[in-house]
Amino acid sequence: MTLLNVERIKLFSTRSPYWCLAAIVFAGFGFATLFGLVDQGNAAIPYLILRGVNLGMSIFMVLAALAITTEYRFGTIRNTFLAVPRRPSVLAAKTLLLALIGGVTGLVVSVGCFYLAKGLAQDPPLPLELSSGDDWRQVAGYGALFDIAGVIAVSVGTIVRQSAGAIAIVLLWPLLFEGLFTLIPTVGPKVGPWLPFTAADKWVSPTNSITDVFQSSTTGPTPVQGLLVFAGAAAVLWVVAVLVLQRRDA
Amino acid sequence: MIEAIGLTKYYGKTLAVDDLSFTVRPGAVTGFLGPNGSGKSTTMRLILGLDNPSRGSTKVAGHQYAHLTKPLTQVGALLDANWIHPNRSARSHLRFMAASNKIPVSRVDEVLEIVGLSSVAKRAAGKFSLGMKQRLGLAGALLGDPQVLLFDEPVNGLDPEGIFWVRTFMRNLAAQGKTVFVSSHLLSEMALTADHLIVIGRGKLIADSSTEEFIARSTQTSVRVRSPRLPELRSVLGQAGLAFTDADNALIVTGAPTEQIGDLAGAAGITLHELSPQAGSLEEAFIQLTGDSVEYGTSRAVSGQGGFAVQPAAPPAGFGPPLQGPPGAAPPPPQGPAAPLPPAPEGR
Repeated sequence: MTLLNVERIKLFSTRSPYWCLAAIVFAGFGFATLFGLVDQGNAAIPYLILRGVNLGMSIFMVLAALAITTEYRFGTIRNTFLAVPRRPSVLAAKTLLLALIGGVTGLVVSVGCFYLAKGLAQDPPLPLELSSGDDWRQVAGYGALFDIAGVIAVSVGTIVRQSAGAIAIVLLWPLLFEGLFTLIPTVGPKVGPWLPFTAADKWVSPTNSITDVFQSSTTGPTPVQGLLVFAGAAAVLWVVAVLVLQRRDA
Repeated sequence: MIEAIGLTKYYGKTLAVDDLSFTVRPGAVTGFLGPNGSGKSTTMRLILGLDNPSRGSTKVAGHQYAHLTKPLTQVGALLDANWIHPNRSARSHLRFMAASNKIPVSRVDEVLEIVGLSSVAKRAAGKFSLGMKQRLGLAGALLGDPQVLLFDEPVNGLDPEGIFWVRTFMRNLAAQGKTVFVSSHLLSEMALTADHLIVIGRGKLIADSSTEEFIARSTQTSVRVRSPRLPELRSVLGQAGLAFTDADNALIVTGAPTEQIGDLAGAAGITLHELSPQAGSLEEAFIQLTGDSVEYGTSRAVSGQGGFAVQPAAPPAGFGPPLQGPPGAAPPPPQGPAAPLPPAPEGR
């Protein structure tokens, strides 16, 4: 608890997290408004309404990566290690804080966006309801994605230590690397859907196709498998980050 | 109390600290002296567990730093005043450090008051002047009211007033019985601040002795003598068993007061045109001690007079072995202050 509080003080005594959180809210609600209004909302299914929240996840990863890389950039990581020489505890506290913030942000923003679009859309392809577990998964599932994304970003930031490098990795990995990977013949289409961010997307995708709006794919992981792949990638990266942190000179 | 035992650190293939052993005792200011790049900061980082030693170990307050519980309450350190987030306020900077060691927030305001930053506590630390950043760093070191304090070049970049303030401050801490370990590359500064000196060059221990003793042993006076009858003077001095060297139309006599030389010349009926004591300066002594261990050099103009000239308590015996160095530390080649400085290469 003490260390969590330390990380909270550090994170919220700088400006960047406020800007990033504002950007996440803006992106999420912006897209939800668009999908709610365009063509009477006839493309307003949760998956598409929440594309902005998906973009917000990238912004959140920037926030999380910066939380550790700025400590290296300005040397405050050394003050931190002087105060708490047990480095894994420091990283654990930082990761936990960002996972918590991510979970709450993902949940609140996605549910908020859903209701905004529901209120705006007059002619959605399917009724916008949050009744079944499957409905909840596609909306509130972003809470889980955000906190795993936070773990990935903190781990990458710890390993790389440079803001620019870490941001490039957390942005280009889902957007560019995994997208291009599927273009590799034979291997690409088979392995591509199992790559962490593509697999994570399954967790918030509908399982059935919706005419003219969404084409579901039959290959790749199921939603739960997708989430587990994403979480597994995060766990591996986090362990690597701890090992590196322990061995390296601060 | 700080102990280093056989401390060795390689960065890649570069040897930064070479089998360094020393002890820093409480109740005194111990100066950690060495030229730039001699391994002072590295040693401090090793003591504080920021870097992992390649060999050897350090203990501070009786334990390895990593094993201290609530380390800030036992050890305070200011290694680099720029280790602050530029947009974080001074108070928030101290608040997170305090929280990590369960130090009450009231203590944050207390140390801000001590270093005189209360009025700017809410301002972003990035806008501080270097002097203010140093004060903020000191406040951070004092936060847990620790018994052991380490400062790396705390007066670097400070104005005379700031230097005086820091010096007085450190002396007060030592007077309270705390262990104060402060590094510097300025011997003149350390001569005024430190009670004890640990001198290193190229990561090796060169001297470990009281400041007084170090100064007495490493500076020696010489006497410059000019005379129209130099050859006769030479034989007179030689018969008296005095060491001297030739310096354009003059002799530099070491290890004898002016009175003795004057009397000898008078007894032999030799006219003297000049008989002047040349005090060795601290800087000169320092450069000669560490001259071989400077990693890079620029040509320095060193005056034999003025500055921080100190008269030795007893006729010095020149440069002997390192004052209390361990067997591993190689002594610098013996050189008198009158000997020319080792050629200093330009640049790296």
